[in-house]
Amino acid sequence: MDARSNAKTRELAALASGAKLSKSQLLGLALALLAALALPWLVSDYRNFQFTLAISYAMAVLGLNILIGYNGQFSLGHAAFYAIGAYTAAIMMEQGGIAYYWTIPVAGLVCLLAGFLFGLPALRLEGLYLALATFALSLATPQMLKYDAISRWTGGVQGVTITKPDPPFGLPISQDQWLYLFSLAVMLVLFVCAWNLLRGRTGRAIKAVRDNPIAASAMGVNTALYKSLTFGVSALYTGIAGALGAIAIQFVAPDTFNFFLSIAFLVGVVIGGLASIPGAVFGGLVIVFIPNFAEQVSKAAPWAIYGVVLILFMYFMPAGIWGFIRMLYARFTRKRGTEKATRALADREQPS
Amino acid sequence: MALLEVSNLEAFYGQTQVLRGLSFKLEEGSVTAILGANGAGKTTTLRAICGMVRTSGEVRFAGARIAARATESIVRYGIAHVPEGRGTFMRLSTEQNLKLGAYTRKDAAGVADDLERVYRYFPRLKERRNQQAGTLSGGEQQMLAVGRALMMRPKLMLLDEPSFGLAPLLTEELFRILGTISSERQVSMLVVEQNASLALAIADHAYLLETGRIVMSGRARDISRDETVRKAYLGY
Amino acid sequence: MDLFLQQTSDGLAFGGIYACVALAVVMIYQATDHLNFAQGEMAMFSTYIAYSLLHHGVPYWWTFLLTMAISFIGGVLVERVIVRPVEGTTVLNEVIVFIGLLAIFNSLAGWIWDYTIKPFPSPFPDKAPFGITFIGPHDFGVIGVTLVVLAAVFLFFRFTPVGLAMRAAAQNPDSARLVGIRVGWMLALGWGLAAAIGSVAGMMVAPIVFLEPNMMMGILVYGFAGALLGGISNPVGAVAGGFMVGVLENWVGTYVPFVGSELKLTAALVLIVTVLVFRPSGLFGHVVVKRV
Repeated sequence: MDARSNAKTRELAALASGAKLSKSQLLGLALALLAALALPWLVSDYRNFQFTLAISYAMAVLGLNILIGYNGQFSLGHAAFYAIGAYTAAIMMEQGGIAYYWTIPVAGLVCLLAGFLFGLPALRLEGLYLALATFALSLATPQMLKYDAISRWTGGVQGVTITKPDPPFGLPISQDQWLYLFSLAVMLVLFVCAWNLLRGRTGRAIKAVRDNPIAASAMGVNTALYKSLTFGVSALYTGIAGALGAIAIQFVAPDTFNFFLSIAFLVGVVIGGLASIPGAVFGGLVIVFIPNFAEQVSKAAPWAIYGVVLILFMYFMPAGIWGFIRMLYARFTRKRGTEKATRALADREQPS
Repeated sequence: MALLEVSNLEAFYGQTQVLRGLSFKLEEGSVTAILGANGAGKTTTLRAICGMVRTSGEVRFAGARIAARATESIVRYGIAHVPEGRGTFMRLSTEQNLKLGAYTRKDAAGVADDLERVYRYFPRLKERRNQQAGTLSGGEQQMLAVGRALMMRPKLMLLDEPSFGLAPLLTEELFRILGTISSERQVSMLVVEQNASLALAIADHAYLLETGRIVMSGRARDISRDETVRKAYLGY
Repeated sequence: MDLFLQQTSDGLAFGGIYACVALAVVMIYQATDHLNFAQGEMAMFSTYIAYSLLHHGVPYWWTFLLTMAISFIGGVLVERVIVRPVEGTTVLNEVIVFIGLLAIFNSLAGWIWDYTIKPFPSPFPDKAPFGITFIGPHDFGVIGVTLVVLAAVFLFFRFTPVGLAMRAAAQNPDSARLVGIRVGWMLALGWGLAAAIGSVAGMMVAPIVFLEPNMMMGILVYGFAGALLGGISNPVGAVAGGFMVGVLENWVGTYVPFVGSELKLTAALVLIVTVLVFRPSGLFGHVVVKRV
């Protein structure tokens, strides 16, 4: 095979695996980005706030997705890392007087460590047992946050109120609009980092551990190290998400970081699209807007509607929203592709 | 009327077509071999007969149309499938595996007799009767799979690559037992094998499959003497 | 010493309920190869049905049997109609469906019967038999009922052909079909049985914690923990696990100083997880050998 067709094959493989973006994908991404940037000026302040929250949840969902979708582990305990990030931000801002933008990297690092430490004993557990262990983490979190000995910092049962930051350089936008843009920027950075991580050597190792841990370790991948590291990275993303979420809501209180939040993240991962980065965006939107929608449909039994919506998603979009979009895109391009190919064949067969 | 009649069988995995219009017959009391290289569609043929893949075309067993039915209904006609990979119930014991073979039967005495018979064919299974089936070796699990099929007291046994992963001596022993079972128990057999010489040794008829089509058919004896088959599949 | 005995017997009583739930969990696991955490809500819903029957004047033990029967049918229907469409897809998809079921049952119960706490009668007489005083009559009854249910389930799985077929269908559905087992109906049967057992757990627990839509949530967690502690593949182990969890919860609450009733659940779970780190298949579970 000559050098040109070699290069062509590699290009096709890269496109297929998502390591490289095709022209139309780049176009789609650019359009989405434009829409996202324009958003704060198109919607009300409350909606703005909801979208900011969705961005925060999207990052948390991506964190969980890295762990579950790309590394094959499981967690019902990510509310804990979200809480750690949130409280880190609250304590730094309100008790330390530190500016809000420093809370992001600190929350990330604290959670990286916390996640890694939790990942170590979790190595021994799999499947159901890991689910139970992480579930215990979820349950423990509100109770530990209310613990008297540390209530000097955590504010005990009442929690901590956070002052909303002002836009920098006296820009003529509202606080909500600035917060949205700031969160969006953080999200984009994190998403690009995740994309880079997952398509490179480390990403392949992470996925190998998911697909066949025995084969992976036989090929020299230190599965224990990768699994714990992935837990750490996953927690890092969720922690940063928690910090941003806390600043958006302006408030942290123990009882909000409970088991149901962990479940919400899981729902976001699956409905958004397992093992997909764009899916996390949809996951974040789902977490904010499905309960909203359910309440509008039925004031008396909103969670019943929520449950029905969840089930319907699983029937009609088993690969998640992003999986559904990809399927539509594939069908559309295949049709156009066959037309192109048929025309090419027909042209070639014409006697010239 | 042949025991098994397959007409124009096509089979698909999703969008991919694997069988392209197979037609063949299997007479009662005979052993038929399906040979071919990897990917020729041999396993798919057996799975298609049992309704485990999407098919079109006709399959008749003892005159009855079985093509569109569910697997669990098809096997109740008297077809026992020894699948590729053996399909052992790993967490259950050897004996529980065997007893499950007799799940659809109502004659307790007959089942007990057949259990003893299986243990006579495969004494190693009797030694390990209460052991967890997942801990048996590959060869023992293969014997277990055959034994489980026998417990159905089937009219037809479908065997998918019984020699796979087995040491040569064990494989010879297994095929000898298969030959015995076929003559003693009047069980017809459809054997899919890559190991052509072993299969041809116990078969009456053989078909050669290539990319989903039958390219050669005839008596086993004739096929084993055919020049092209010998060179391509028997290695001499 | 008296306190110890009292706490232990209280623990055993609750343990009986956890054991019942653990049994339902293991049952569904053996039958379907995964956990359904909507089981607690289904049990709660069944208890509300029993409540309605009692309010219409149906005598207790008839209500008991009728509720079990209705729950059985309900379980079968839920599996055939709601769970079946996702059965071929991934485990995570099924988990989301279970979450959906959980939300639906919880919300519907609150909507139909409202959220006020209701009393539920205990069928057991005022005094425990044999003059036993360290354990209350209801607690004694609960333990008795649990043991009866356990025995029945154990015998069913161990000695009946259907029980064996159910386990086979859950472990290896393809092979099960090849021996003629109607796998779909085995799954439905497993769900039905689990729903029936769950309804028993609900009716046993309601007299103690009072009937309200969230009554089963904590208990379900303990039930799961018990099942995993004992070993998810082992019904007897799961029941033992349930009893252990009950006693453990009470001991921790009583004897460990800074743990009040709030931290009880967490502390108990932490202990269980610690055990699991050292015995990943549970105390009595079989270690499944994986051949590469």
